[in-house]
Amino acid sequence: MARMKFLCDAERCIECNGCVTACKNEHEVPWGVNRRRVVTLDDGVPGEKSISVACMHCTDAPCAAVCPVDCFYTTSDGIVLHNKDLCIGCGYCFYACPFGAPQYPQASAFGVRGKMDKCTFCAGGPEADGSAEEEKKYGRNRIAEGKLPLCAEMCATKALVAGDGDVVADIYRKRVLKRGGRPQTWGWETAYKA
Amino acid sequence: MTTPQETRTRGRRRMIWSAVIILCGALVLPLSGYVYVAINEAIAATSAAEQQQTNPRANYWRAVREGNEGYTAASGPYTTSVLIQNGGQNWRQLRNGPVISTLSWLMALMLLGLGAYYALRGPVKLSPPPSSRTIERWTLNERVLHWYTATLFLILAVTGFSLMLGRALLIPWMGLNGFGAWANFATLIHNYLGPFFIIGVVLEIILWVRQAIPKKVDIEWFKAGGGYFGGHAHPSAEKLNAGEKIFVFWIATVVCGITVSISGVLLDFPNLNFSREALQSANLFHGVSAIIYMTIIFMHMYLGSFGVQGALDAMTSGRVSVEWAKQHHDLWYEEARRQGTLEERPAGRPATRSASE
Repeated sequence: MARMKFLCDAERCIECNGCVTACKNEHEVPWGVNRRRVVTLDDGVPGEKSISVACMHCTDAPCAAVCPVDCFYTTSDGIVLHNKDLCIGCGYCFYACPFGAPQYPQASAFGVRGKMDKCTFCAGGPEADGSAEEEKKYGRNRIAEGKLPLCAEMCATKALVAGDGDVVADIYRKRVLKRGGRPQTWGWETAYKA
Repeated sequence: MTTPQETRTRGRRRMIWSAVIILCGALVLPLSGYVYVAINEAIAATSAAEQQQTNPRANYWRAVREGNEGYTAASGPYTTSVLIQNGGQNWRQLRNGPVISTLSWLMALMLLGLGAYYALRGPVKLSPPPSSRTIERWTLNERVLHWYTATLFLILAVTGFSLMLGRALLIPWMGLNGFGAWANFATLIHNYLGPFFIIGVVLEIILWVRQAIPKKVDIEWFKAGGGYFGGHAHPSAEKLNAGEKIFVFWIATVVCGITVSISGVLLDFPNLNFSREALQSANLFHGVSAIIYMTIIFMHMYLGSFGVQGALDAMTSGRVSVEWAKQHHDLWYEEARRQGTLEERPAGRPATRSASE
């Protein structure tokens, strides 16, 4: 089975937020919830770089380790999904996640958190693939349709790449070699010095 | 044409200048060594700097890994402009490790210890048997406050520990869906009743702080193990004995109660927008203080019911038998009798307000 991965090429990302928009539109994500976001460091100064980030579908996911109701599961494709019927909106996965992926709609008074929502790698949830119930809770299940996540498909500069980890790594390796020279292949001389 | 006179003068002048130049050269030229060294060092420094220059991309990923804040156009209450936050891993390891896997055994150990004590020594019996004469120990207000706080405590403990330990203890038994339903309900109850518990804790502290100030006699009480162990006679105690003062009042109600309240407020109100770091620490403080609180309250519940004959009356009817007062709180009994603030009345006769003042 494939091991699904996201990769964002910081040399290519132009902070157009197309991935964010594509995701929001595809899954009808509620206002204030961002399954994906673009973060820019050194914004407006030389060396500025942007990265699109969402759930990284960790192999040993911290969110799953701290969930009191054990609502997370990993698919055979290595995609980390969760069951909203079990979720209690405690916020622990948000405390634990290094990437700030879990999001919560405001449910009621005092800002009480609703059911957690996060990137599903366009793979839906525990309901039957492509069912109306699944789409309502988790958005479209593109993986079941044989498609890749829409954010990566939409990326204009192909900075965001998604899919089988081996293929993604291969694409990135070819890019790095093609760019050539320092500093793109920084460390090459150290690693492969005769 | 030059005269021999002029030739001599010129020769002398040449000699003087030569001497001056030689002298100056001898003084200054050796200093040029410093210039040579300085230039060499400068060259070495620049080439080293060239060699050690870090890749700007490496610096970028370093900044990401260090959790530096950037800019993001996306907005939402849980949308952060930090790419990688490191606190989460520490929180996860502390919560799942020392707090849940280790510290929560305190509660089990306390229950085991109390069970073993009860099995081996049984309850602390009243000697002599209680007569019909009773003394008022807790006023109606105090009892209402106690049971208000106690009821909320038990509800919060059951719901809270369900969330903390349920994944390990309840999911294998109830299944994912069954526990999920219970946890959803428990979270709701826990979040909405929490603030009412704080009121109880604060009022209890205000009401009982003066009685709970430790005195010299309390050291003796601890030295005698409270009379619970070995052949010690029951040590002297005021209205609150040293165990009640230190464990139940100061450690449980004051320290754990206040810690659990403050951290609980942070966790209970996401609309106050506390940072992830603050919520991570609040969660740890909440868990640790709740475990210690619960452990002490297990002991308190045991000693207030099965453990000590006649103790429960104090918090139900508010009156204890005179014999019980003499056995367990002799100094309180003596003091009250000397000051005449307590009237001993047969049990069953209605209490008068003045007796409690």
